[in-house]
Amino acid sequence: MAQRSLKGIAVVGGGPAGLMAALTAARHGAAVVLVDENAEPGGQLRKQIHKFFGSKAHRAGVRGYRIAQELISDCTAAGVELLGQSVVFSLRECTLDLLQKDDAFNLKADAIILATGASENALAFPGCTLPGVMGAGAAQTFVNLHRVLPGRRVLMVGGGNVGLIVAYQLLQAGAEVVGVVEALPYLSGYQVHAAKIKRAGVPIWTSHTVLEARGDQEVQEVTIAAIDDHFHPLPGSERTLAVDTVCLAVGLTPLAELAWQAGCRFCYQGALGGYVPLHSDNMETTLPHVYVAGDIAGVEEASTALEEGAIAGLAAAAAIGCPVPIAEFDAAQERLVSLRKGPFGDIRQLVKSEIVKRWADCRVVE
Amino acid sequence: MSRRRIAVIECPEEIPCNPCETACPQDAIKVGQPITHRPHLDAQRCMGCGLCVAACPGLAIFMVDIKDNDQAEVTFPYEFLPLPEPGDTVTAVNREGISLGTAQVKARWQPKGADGTYLVTIALPAALAAEARGIRRPSCDN
Repeated sequence: MAQRSLKGIAVVGGGPAGLMAALTAARHGAAVVLVDENAEPGGQLRKQIHKFFGSKAHRAGVRGYRIAQELISDCTAAGVELLGQSVVFSLRECTLDLLQKDDAFNLKADAIILATGASENALAFPGCTLPGVMGAGAAQTFVNLHRVLPGRRVLMVGGGNVGLIVAYQLLQAGAEVVGVVEALPYLSGYQVHAAKIKRAGVPIWTSHTVLEARGDQEVQEVTIAAIDDHFHPLPGSERTLAVDTVCLAVGLTPLAELAWQAGCRFCYQGALGGYVPLHSDNMETTLPHVYVAGDIAGVEEASTALEEGAIAGLAAAAAIGCPVPIAEFDAAQERLVSLRKGPFGDIRQLVKSEIVKRWADCRVVE
Repeated sequence: MSRRRIAVIECPEEIPCNPCETACPQDAIKVGQPITHRPHLDAQRCMGCGLCVAACPGLAIFMVDIKDNDQAEVTFPYEFLPLPEPGDTVTAVNREGISLGTAQVKARWQPKGADGTYLVTIALPAALAAEARGIRRPSCDN
């Protein structure tokens, strides 16, 4: 297998965290290779056609896909080398094995930043394997990247921000959304996102679940029901809806295989989507010179992923000897912390602090 | 209170967001620090320009203008096709998407920085001004 040695930083994943990490490190003088498996970098940003929350420093009010365009052109200007359509299949110390089209080779770098994102959770119910049942993110890819409607009549399962936003975007694309079901007695997403689809006439059923999807060859109808406090369906509450698409927006799980493989220490944090690599507040894992940023480090939002990417980029650049003013770390930390305030952010701030503490404990023991 | 068009902010939760504050040329909207504070509108300062309506990522700002003749105008952000045209008769809806009856489209425009989002102004009886927050979309089957 061909080998390549990089005096610099290899970033895995070209979503918001990876792009920002690559850009930040390159701007501080590091040689950076950004590896991304898709046809074009940008990750989830490419299909986020809505305006972002946050403040001006977080690019609030800018639509996600425009942020991707800006970051990609900034990365190019800063000299980041992009390896597109390249899949990283292993990580040992600071060496990546990757497959670019048909060529496998390994890339040894001085530091690695893993920004691999997260994958959508599935939900098991009778009929869940029928064509027409898909992740909400998949439906969003259909409409916003490929400009194809996955179906005409959609049931959205999950009332978090992903479910609410994708429901709205499906309406924008011309689909009918027959409703949103959420198993919890309340919506975990923002009320302003819920309000957008309510005004558009979409019913939202909390304390409800999907029981079964049925159809010959593909989804033709779905049965939902109210559930009790123990999530058991209430007999007699079933109702059947004619739909051709069922979208699942039932959470995300960090895509952390490479970190597991490399030997990073993990902990389980349900509030952040599952097992996450322990990391410092500079995004360093328990392995020297291996950093994480974005959803791999705990599922949050694109805006937090951008800031974690900036911090990882600064830290990795500093670790390989580039001069990085301490004030830049402080500013990035401040921007990040400001996104983790309020009733939606407090829990994430708490859990992140615990991860950092456990990272420190790990360091002491070793 | 003088009767004129002013913003109505319906942002009920403490979420990290402040583009309304930076969009307002009159400094009429205050979020402050931390940015999870809910926005506060100084109605005396608001000129009804609509920049905040277009800037709000949550599409949670509207404008209401109560006229003297029991009529009112409600302005809301709109991001669906086909676009309503001035002069169209449309069905006004409340926050739950329920019909409030017909309304006339008075204007449709895009303030600076709207980036695709339209503002639509409809005229309807003043009694409905506190309820009307949008219009029924044409069905996708048509």
